[in-house]
Amino acid sequence: MTDPVLRTKGICKSFGALRASRDISIDLFPGEIHAIIGPNGAGKSTLIGQICGTLKPDAGSVELLGQDVTHQTARARARAGLGRTFQISSLAMEDTVLQNALLGALGASGNPWRFWKDVLKDQDLRATAEEALVRVGLEDHARVRTAELSHGQRRQLEVAVALTLRPKALVMDEPMAGMGSEGSKRLTGFLDELRHEAPILLVEHDMDAVFALADRISVLVYGEVIATGTVEEIRADAAVREAYLGEDA
Amino acid sequence: MIRETHVNALTLLALVAIPAWALYADEPFTITLMTRAAIFAIAAIGLNIALGIGGLVSLGHAVFFGIGGYAMGILAHHAQTYTALAEWPFLIEGTKSMPVIWLVAVCLSALAALIIGALSLRTTGVYFIMITLAFGQMFFFFAISWAEYGGEDGLSIYVRNGFPGLNTLAPIQFYGLCLALLVIVLLFAWKLSRSPFGLALNAARQAPMRVETVGLDPMRLKLIAFVISGVITGLAGALFADLNRFVSPTMFSWQLSGEIIIFIILGGVGRLFGPVIGALAFVALEHWLGGLSDYWHIYLGLLLLVVVLFGRGGLIGMLSGREAVHD
Amino acid sequence: MSLILLIEQVLNGLQFGIMLFLMAAGLTLIFGVMGLINLAHGSLYMIGAFCAAAVAAATGSFVLGLIAALAGAAIAGALVELVVIRRLYDKDHLDQVLATFALILIFSEGTRWIFGSFPLFLDVPDFLSGPVTLPGGIEYPLYRLTLIVVGLLVALGLYLLISKTRLGVQIRAGENDREMIAALGIDIAKLYTIVFALGAALAGLSGALVGAIQSVQVGMGEPVLILAFVVIVIGGIGSIKGALIGAILVGLTDTLGGIFLPELLKLFFDPSTATSIGSSLASMAIYILMAAVLVLRPAGLFGARA
Repeated sequence: MTDPVLRTKGICKSFGALRASRDISIDLFPGEIHAIIGPNGAGKSTLIGQICGTLKPDAGSVELLGQDVTHQTARARARAGLGRTFQISSLAMEDTVLQNALLGALGASGNPWRFWKDVLKDQDLRATAEEALVRVGLEDHARVRTAELSHGQRRQLEVAVALTLRPKALVMDEPMAGMGSEGSKRLTGFLDELRHEAPILLVEHDMDAVFALADRISVLVYGEVIATGTVEEIRADAAVREAYLGEDA
Repeated sequence: MIRETHVNALTLLALVAIPAWALYADEPFTITLMTRAAIFAIAAIGLNIALGIGGLVSLGHAVFFGIGGYAMGILAHHAQTYTALAEWPFLIEGTKSMPVIWLVAVCLSALAALIIGALSLRTTGVYFIMITLAFGQMFFFFAISWAEYGGEDGLSIYVRNGFPGLNTLAPIQFYGLCLALLVIVLLFAWKLSRSPFGLALNAARQAPMRVETVGLDPMRLKLIAFVISGVITGLAGALFADLNRFVSPTMFSWQLSGEIIIFIILGGVGRLFGPVIGALAFVALEHWLGGLSDYWHIYLGLLLLVVVLFGRGGLIGMLSGREAVHD
Repeated sequence: MSLILLIEQVLNGLQFGIMLFLMAAGLTLIFGVMGLINLAHGSLYMIGAFCAAAVAAATGSFVLGLIAALAGAAIAGALVELVVIRRLYDKDHLDQVLATFALILIFSEGTRWIFGSFPLFLDVPDFLSGPVTLPGGIEYPLYRLTLIVVGLLVALGLYLLISKTRLGVQIRAGENDREMIAALGIDIAKLYTIVFALGAALAGLSGALVGAIQSVQVGMGEPVLILAFVVIVIGGIGSIKGALIGAILVGLTDTLGGIFLPELLKLFFDPSTATSIGSSLASMAIYILMAAVLVLRPAGLFGARA
């Protein structure tokens, strides 16, 4: 039994009377894609926030590579190897594609306290950044301003930035959102390969992608995981069906 | 459309040509005006690092301008009155040497920026603006109450301080000194904007969450930017006090804080030469419009409104269009 | 230090604080509802004072002057909102700061152009002048006492307005979710103009009332504006309760600090050093208070937003 790369134990979070996370325990093993699905309002964003360090759980713990990171900041977790992509693109819009990738590389290298050298001339940073861009297929757009990219290209850039960190685990928040079918297919293929490099905790609404990619699925409803299993198991699960009645599956 | 680099080159040319002409035509007052513009430019370049790159709307940057000015005023005052600044724990005498004064101004500004920044950056947005403004007022009132150094009336320094090898009393020589410093500061600002720090700071302004999740600390980046920015504006303050041979609490005033921002906005936020062009334009307006009417601030206000409401990008934006991609 | 002097100074601090509250309430409303930082608020204070002084001088009636202050400031506020402020709601803070700073320049120089550089005089009206004897035998200026009462009445009025009226509901809704109230069909444009004019009227009233005990001159508004900002930082943006408590705290700190700090320092230093250091420290006391609040509560004492 291999150790999980990422694990939460009994995560609880309430906002006043609203219990957004109720005793959530999930894990992510090497080489797998573990999808989190659930209706809107189920608490997926809250869960991601606690895993990545932007929200503090009221109770429970988060472990990354066996280390308890519950009290570590988001940036400490990033340095420890936790990559993240956002549902709403969080990129420096005025900067170019290359500059955003360089930012990731800079974060990975850990030293922004250099005030004189031209960042574009730093060979190490440049290599890391360009490598990531090549992997997602954006190398021809290196000099394009991020604001001018299409939605799908921005998603690709998000992934590229996460990759510059050489992540040990990836948390992806609805990467397919807003992608057309072409883009979704390409991204699906990409993530399928990526899992071997870094396992992915994938929050998604796009059921085609989920069923195509997921090794395991956990279903989150009203802050609680009501079922975890393989694609077949989840498809057959009655409780899941009920929760999703009316949902586009 | 004129390319931004050409606009920059023309500005540098003007900074050399206009005083040269003034020297030839025996118009020392023009040289003084240019010196004033150069010093304002340095102050604004300082602010632009925090504001243009870091997105920190500091409405209290006159704090550093005043600290630099008073550093000069206090040191020179003790030198010219042959009194010691402090006798305990060790003897500190005054000085009239510019390099020493600049060093003191820079260190004090850095310290102040560290404290003010650490406190103010606990907040964001509107709070930050209000707090920096409030700190400016704090120093302003403190300076007024400090009777030992002139209080409200300010402090006069009878003879300009000295710089090795120069006759600083000669307007053109003092201007040359200020211009040299301006060029150095510009070079530093340019390099910084293209550096890893500049990239990270710029990203911290646009997407702080992203910066956090790549493993960097946006708060610390902004704090260091604030300190660097305060140091440069502090140096400008020391120069300004020397230009006028006078320092007073108005160097801490909110009006001056506002004017420093105006230099940047007139020239173009975040543009390398924005503060320089803005300062030149402001001094020119101050001189010409001020000559025409006692109430020229009304026109400045109207101009400012027009620029803000209808034409962002300032003068450089108008001349050169969108900022070019950093290649 | 006698008890009488202490009580007098406490009352002075209260009076100062309550007048600050009028400014701060307007500012915090405008920011809470419209998300706008308004540096021109000090100009509205000044306009109120000038209207009051001009009308009082022309008609001999202080009350008419006050009405003129309210009307003048409200109208100026509404005009400014329609012509300039309206264009700023979607812009970033830097633009708002610069545009309202530009307004300060225009208003200040404009006022100087119309009225000249010398201060105007606004006298405390006869029916409010002179001392009044408080319980305990303390004599205190009736006018200052009136200011405290007026300020508290305004605070009560605001509370009632916001919690009991339709406008108040709209204001509270707007503070919570700006986009939502548009979706609910509320006339945002009109709401914003009304809120801005209300804030302006409060500022103008404050300027007129204080103008009778200080001088009415160009530039009188900005120091008060900045203090009002300190009040809001301490009290929390968007909170009228915070503005009131913050204002009273600031007023008391400033007034009492000026008395107590030199006295306190006299325990450690000789009288003249103590007085000079003390008065310098006192001038900074408010800002030290602000810094302390910031360290402990970055969103202010009652701030909901960070």
